[in-house]
Amino acid sequence: MSATATMVERPPPRARGWPRRRIAGYALVCLWILFGIGIVSYLFLAWNPDFFAKYAPAYLSGLGVTLALVSISMVLGAILSVPVAYGRMSKNRILSGLAYCYVYFFRGTPLLVQTYLVYYGLGSFRQELSAVGFYMPVISNWFQLLPHISIPAGLTIERVTLWDFFKDAFNCGVFAFALNTAAYQAEILRGAIESVPRGQWEGAASLGLHKLQTLRKIILPQALIVALRPYGNELILMVKASAIVAIITVYDLMGNAKLAFANSFDIQAYIWVALVYLVMVEILRHGVEWIERRITVHLKR
Amino acid sequence: MPAQSIWTLLSWGPEGWLDDIAYGALITIALALATLPIGLAIGFFIALAKQSEEPSLRLAANIYTTVFRGLPELVTLFLFFFGMPILLQHLVRYFRPDTTIDVNSFVAGMIVLALIFSSYASEVFLSAFRAIPKGQYEGGYAIGLSNWLTMRKVIVPQLLRIAFPGLENCWLSLLKDTSLVSVVGLAETLRNASIAARVTKHAFLFFGVASLVFLGLAVLSSFATSAILRSLGRQEAQR
Repeated sequence: MSATATMVERPPPRARGWPRRRIAGYALVCLWILFGIGIVSYLFLAWNPDFFAKYAPAYLSGLGVTLALVSISMVLGAILSVPVAYGRMSKNRILSGLAYCYVYFFRGTPLLVQTYLVYYGLGSFRQELSAVGFYMPVISNWFQLLPHISIPAGLTIERVTLWDFFKDAFNCGVFAFALNTAAYQAEILRGAIESVPRGQWEGAASLGLHKLQTLRKIILPQALIVALRPYGNELILMVKASAIVAIITVYDLMGNAKLAFANSFDIQAYIWVALVYLVMVEILRHGVEWIERRITVHLKR
Repeated sequence: MPAQSIWTLLSWGPEGWLDDIAYGALITIALALATLPIGLAIGFFIALAKQSEEPSLRLAANIYTTVFRGLPELVTLFLFFFGMPILLQHLVRYFRPDTTIDVNSFVAGMIVLALIFSSYASEVFLSAFRAIPKGQYEGGYAIGLSNWLTMRKVIVPQLLRIAFPGLENCWLSLLKDTSLVSVVGLAETLRNASIAARVTKHAFLFFGVASLVFLGLAVLSSFATSAILRSLGRQEAQR
């Protein structure tokens, strides 16, 4: 340990005086500082209690919608990614071809197009979608379960059609996002599983573990360490991409910012929302780094 | 209005919409190609700043990538598209009080996409810089090349080869991000497709065509990149 520590080269002493790159660096940092001061002073000067009182609750509920959208579609995508990843790794030509086409389509086209295809496109099949329905118990007036409202809530059997699901913009957003992220997550999963050397499979087989046990006890613990960072990146990408559901009239964080800007023509609507997204992404990024440091402690030498 | 068949809707000319979508595809390609050199240049310089030993340069470059990778593309686009005219108007008002400024959606899209592309590309360039051993610089200096010549003749040719696969990914996501500019009114593929969808009520058909256009562009660029990669590989073999 100490032998290698002495071998490490010392960093060269820092240049003295004002070389050109230092002038450029200081100038750029000053530019950023000026930019930051500009934004802060603009927000300070444009401080409008009415604006804040009117839109801050909307932003908060929008944040809730964004988080719900991202978490639901991440989980559904994770579930859906398992069969896709299995198909990608399968030796069956048809299965792997289908999985490849799925992944290629969802990674090769913009998420915005996919969202439009679901939200506007499925509207073309309204009759067909309305025809597919099933009876299920529905808690009617569930929002009236609140104590101060007198209308009784009850459990009834109603016919729910697919169209009932797809006419809601939020559901369409979740559907499109889950399909999209499933394609990316399948590739992450496949890459992580394939990054575990073959010898691990063979070793487990020689100990008499069957395939599923091997996967669960030997392969996945090693693969998930590799997969953590890509999963974190995918989560961050999803948080950022979730802004586009504002275009299909979902009132998420961005949707509320759009509404606030359309009503007030005040650019601070977008500045605030940008700050919220930036803070959210930075928290996630540092959180993923922290988890990665924690779970790779045993690999450090 | 008589019901039109799918093939009339997809025909070329006044009856059909294929010409509009093809025109939109041209705008998509033009936007992506116009953004590429700007984004590459900015990304290269950001990567240079990030691996410099001057801490202030590193700090400035890191703020740049943190901001533009952390903001959703749509938020950046809206901030620029709606914020820039206000800012410019305030500046211009000192000279000419009665002018109004509109930002062209193509230019706004180009700037925003270049900012985003460059912040991702800078990471790719940075890891490529780290993959080049220090001896390459020292060898360049030892045979009397200047800083600039070492960079141009020794480092950049190797850098491009290492960075190429990463840059290909950046290019593909740039191609997909161009669809966002349709939201601020640029008549590109998706915008023309959604106009067609609204007019003809065949939403699934036209958004399907738009997704096929983007898929086609992705396939086309994968052919192009593999050709470029082959020629880069040939150069390496000749050394």
